[in-house]
Amino acid sequence: MSSDKFEPRIIAFLCNWCSYAGADLAGISRVQYPPNVRVIRVMCSGRIDPTFVLKALNDGADGVLIGGCHPGDCHYLEGNYKAMRRYKLLTKLLDQIGVERERVRLAWISAGEGERFAQVVTEMTETVRELGPFERKQDVRQK
Amino acid sequence: MNKRKLAIYWAATCGGCDIAILDTQTKVVEIADAFELVLWPIAADFKYKDVERLAQGSIDVCLFNGAVRSDEQEELAHMLRDRSNVLVAFGSCACFGGIPGLGNVSDKAGIFAKVYSDTLSTVNNNGIRPKTKVKVSEGELTLPGFHDTVRSLDQVVETDYYVPGCPPPVSLINKVADALITGELPPAGSVIASDKTVCDECPRERDENKKVKEFKGLSEVTPDPKKCLLDQGIICCGPATRAGCEATCPSVNMPCRGCFGPPAGILDQGAKLLSAISSIIDSKEEQEIERIVEQIRDPLGTFYRFGLPKSLFRRTMST
Repeated sequence: MSSDKFEPRIIAFLCNWCSYAGADLAGISRVQYPPNVRVIRVMCSGRIDPTFVLKALNDGADGVLIGGCHPGDCHYLEGNYKAMRRYKLLTKLLDQIGVERERVRLAWISAGEGERFAQVVTEMTETVRELGPFERKQDVRQK
Repeated sequence: MNKRKLAIYWAATCGGCDIAILDTQTKVVEIADAFELVLWPIAADFKYKDVERLAQGSIDVCLFNGAVRSDEQEELAHMLRDRSNVLVAFGSCACFGGIPGLGNVSDKAGIFAKVYSDTLSTVNNNGIRPKTKVKVSEGELTLPGFHDTVRSLDQVVETDYYVPGCPPPVSLINKVADALITGELPPAGSVIASDKTVCDECPRERDENKKVKEFKGLSEVTPDPKKCLLDQGIICCGPATRAGCEATCPSVNMPCRGCFGPPAGILDQGAKLLSAISSIIDSKEEQEIERIVEQIRDPLGTFYRFGLPKSLFRRTMST
């Protein structure tokens, strides 16, 4: 890893039943994907409070990935629909705050989709790398 | 008898907090009995020099209302902090930035451009902007500097208590006044209000299984006076707003605007409101959800109406 190349830090909130298992499968299958993602397992994508996303970005993440079960497959029936609704309104808020939408992505990844997990992480790492580091400009204009 | 000393100051505020203190009627007399005023710009003619002359810790209580957005306000915040034993952030602006805090969607250059050039009624062909210093024949005139970012009182100096509300309701001010008069104060850092949410105090009947297909503004619909406003598709900030106002607004058919700030333990009021409001959308279809979300025209202005400076991001990233 060359030192002058920007390596994005991506926080991934993955649901226990699908996306985390998908990430696990990617590992077991030895599928290669960039090491830029830090995974946090939650029980359901419906557990992901928009506060988590804002806090991650505020505390140093350059991107946030939210992974849930495909629509209709939620272990708790409707948690992923709640995640979808929150995500839609959150992206609108991010536009207003001035955070590029591409920094926060919602993806449906099932337990059998190890390849897809690797692909999503690869895509996201490249997208965020192109956007550059997330600059918390409030530090510059704190007064 | 040596009375205890009280200072009341206004920074970036509308003056409503000061009026609210007067609204307590007889309590004002009790306050005046117990305390000697050393500063209250809205009601009495004290000068900043009078305050500056006071020794450290010589003011017993300072009620500070308003956010901090200029050099003058910042200077006074420090001056009053140094001299006051108890510093109270009084009202939503001092607690969380309040309505002036919405200025954090722009910055000094942006706000000056709007106010001194871009508004339709402004004629300013020479592009004149206020300066902090200007030389005239009589000498040098000065104005306080204007900041890029509005801050709450506790982002500037250490703050002992918080009394939220826009303005704080009379019942709450009476409670605060009694505590100050008797000297029986809660633990430092307390928010003097309830720890619950506005919904807990709201008398409206609510459907626990909320489902909303359409968000409506008050101009589009006359709300049913008994049913939960959110159930009727009217955005109400009750679910993530601290109680203590006895649900004043929802009780008179107005949705809660969130002026009491986040309930205990909530990091970011806007994010919590966004979470609560979006999860009641009654749809599983992506496009329909997008269409319904579009009806919430200004999420930032709605969910961070009183608290942008105290939110995680504090301000917008680009202007």
